[in-house]
Amino acid sequence: MDTISKNLLAEIADIHEIPEGAYNIRANGKLQSRNTTANIDIVTKTDKPGIDIIIAPGTKNESVHIPVIISESGLTDLVYNDFFIGEGADVVIVAGCGIHNCGDQESGHDGIHTFHVGKNAKVKYIEKHYGEADGSGGNIMNPTTIVEMDEDSYLEMETTQIKGIDSTNRVTKGRLADRATFIVKEKIMTHGTQYASTDFDVQLDGVDSSTNVISRSVARGKSKQKFLAAISGNNKCAGHSECDAILMDDAIVTAIPQLTAANVDASLVHEAAIGKIAGEQLIKLMTLGLTEEEAEEEIVNGFLK
Amino acid sequence: MLELKNISYVVEDEKEIIKDVSLSISEGFIAITGPNGGGKSTLAKIIAGIIKPTSGQILFDGQDITDMSVTDRAKLGISYAFQTPVKFKGITVKDLLSLAAGKNTTVAESCNILSEVGLCARDYINREVNASLSGGELKRIEIAMIIARSTKLSIFDEPEAGIDLWSFNSLIKVFEKMHEKINGSILIISHQERILNIADQIIVISEGKVKQTGTKEEVWPDLMAEGTCSVLAQKVG
Repeated sequence: MDTISKNLLAEIADIHEIPEGAYNIRANGKLQSRNTTANIDIVTKTDKPGIDIIIAPGTKNESVHIPVIISESGLTDLVYNDFFIGEGADVVIVAGCGIHNCGDQESGHDGIHTFHVGKNAKVKYIEKHYGEADGSGGNIMNPTTIVEMDEDSYLEMETTQIKGIDSTNRVTKGRLADRATFIVKEKIMTHGTQYASTDFDVQLDGVDSSTNVISRSVARGKSKQKFLAAISGNNKCAGHSECDAILMDDAIVTAIPQLTAANVDASLVHEAAIGKIAGEQLIKLMTLGLTEEEAEEEIVNGFLK
Repeated sequence: MLELKNISYVVEDEKEIIKDVSLSISEGFIAITGPNGGGKSTLAKIIAGIIKPTSGQILFDGQDITDMSVTDRAKLGISYAFQTPVKFKGITVKDLLSLAAGKNTTVAESCNILSEVGLCARDYINREVNASLSGGELKRIEIAMIIARSTKLSIFDEPEAGIDLWSFNSLIKVFEKMHEKINGSILIISHQERILNIADQIIVISEGKVKQTGTKEEVWPDLMAEGTCSVLAQKVG
């Protein structure tokens, strides 16, 4: 593996050496390496690009890494990854895509991830997107995540997109059965002329199902962001969405919370706050000896931590 | 150490104004008191550089700092504890202590500082400085930052405001301790008799002017007689 690929892997998956446990590393549209364990199988799809990740019922304390890296300019990679998480399993799944675009053509990765979360299963899904470019080609990522949750299952999804992705259109759909819980924590920072759109649609079908969709973002330069969080309460359930954005320079942020309650016992709440860094926060840090620019950095870094 | 020469701050629509204040503050523990709206906080902010005076001059160790930024004054050795502590998102107690100390403070160092303000360090180091902390906790973290900086001049703006009685008692102990091992000047805006008790010098500010300066024995009878400061009569704890 070359240095560029190693850097990308470190950025998106905190992988410095070959990871422990199950993994599937995809580089420039091809399988680079794979490892399976007694409980976690990874199978290449035969009908379309992508893999099936099959986690046996009752699997505990195991992890799966499935990073994708692209270092060839002008390559657009489309993959379908399906996760079958068996009943009662408790696993960590780390996905992510890193693009290093040294040319002047667009490079892109469109990943469609579908999670079938079995009864009582508990999943932590971490996804990180990162791009770097030496040339003038754009880095484009359009991830789609579909989550189907069985009774009493729990999925926590952490997504981070901090740097270098010029355009992203993220779609996340969830459907929850009885007592299932779906938590989303999204962090985005855009700069330059980047555009990031995230679109959540969570259907709370089951009794006592619940979701919490939290987005924290920083928009700088002339970048644009759009956040849409649609939650439908179709049963006795609880849903909460929160968009908290720091606006800087000439950036534009749109937040569209959308709640649909179709049951009198559906409790749905949304919060959205967009604004510049509070002046008193800057002044406080300046009284500690930081310049205004250093204070801004600290506040932004803390906010996205 | 700190000299204010004919400082005025007169702005329309501003409640608190300062009229031609001249003061010389030497080393030691100095309390500023007086009625609300009399100009105490404005004066503190002028010293810290948060508010620019409309006229006058400020000297710090003989150096003219009138046109200096908040950052440069902080670097010179002025610290300012806000009356209402600022809350952050994602920034932890340890982050703030490190920024205040100007270096990455170790867990042991952070613990020492936090225990000085009566906080059990282990419970707080990794807490975010946000609304999940109580008013008293935020106040003590605010003071801990000033201790971490340990600069020549430390200004505290009503450290007793907005905290409960229990926190107040431990707060007084913090200042009593600070007074014992003072190094430089502590300028503290307060209405509380127990804080005024430990001051080497008291300055009474009213209607934007210095009304009186002196020791507690000199200043106290007048304050009580005029009743300008009813809060002063409260004897807490």
